[in-house]
Amino acid sequence: MNRWLPQPMFSLFLWLVWLLLANSLEPGHIVLGAFLALALPLFTVRFWPDQPCMGRPRTLMAYLAVFLWDIVIANLTVARLILGPVRRLRPAFITLPLDLKNDFAITVLAHSLSLTPGTVSSKVSEDRRTLLIHVLDLDDEDQLIQRIKKRYETPLKEIFPC
Amino acid sequence: MPDALIEIFISIFLLIGGAFALIGSIGLARLPDLFTRLHGPTKATTLGVGGILIASVLHFSSRAEGLSLHELLVTLFLFATAPVSAYLIACAALHLRTPAPEDHRRLDRTGGEE
Repeated sequence: MNRWLPQPMFSLFLWLVWLLLANSLEPGHIVLGAFLALALPLFTVRFWPDQPCMGRPRTLMAYLAVFLWDIVIANLTVARLILGPVRRLRPAFITLPLDLKNDFAITVLAHSLSLTPGTVSSKVSEDRRTLLIHVLDLDDEDQLIQRIKKRYETPLKEIFPC
Repeated sequence: MPDALIEIFISIFLLIGGAFALIGSIGLARLPDLFTRLHGPTKATTLGVGGILIASVLHFSSRAEGLSLHELLVTLFLFATAPVSAYLIACAALHLRTPAPEDHRRLDRTGGEE
């Protein structure tokens, strides 16, 4: 992390967002987007108390693929639950013990859970050790926790190794 | 004709998107309490909006010159913000001790399903 490019991944992200917003690849937009992508992190770097460090981009890609697939499945499952008999739902809160330490990684995990099968992240404990999750139709608590740990938390630990 | 084929794809994605957005709204109306209702907007609408946006990408990419991808940003912002709002609502509800899932059945009988 050098002085003029404190967050390379964030800069790359901003540049892509600018190009998508402009919806063109004209040289002017490429230069303006690059300028903004370089300038904005310099001003906002102080708002990031601990830098999220990126581990392996390939794991991230695999994670995104699993995640998008799960969103589709989640939609079908939740659609079936919503249209089925509401009385038979077994809603419950479960507590997921967190192995992740980095705040950004925990945020990504909470986001992923909210967007996938019948779970909504409700509260991260003050000490960042547990995550309270509301489940729409709970079958087996231990099985679900194991599934979340294996499917999301383990890859996230590799992606954000700090 | 490729044009007709593209229109069929656009229609399919529009229908999928519309159906899931509708199911999300039905969930909001049918589910008995605040916590279960949170599941509607964070799930069913992601695919709902996703389907409509894919249709939009196809439509404008086939119509205008060049690829139109700024719809991806809508998806990105939606995925970034929907869980945050759900999280904040859940936090607020927990803080105010809103009727918890134990009350589901009672609430359901008193008018969850009109």
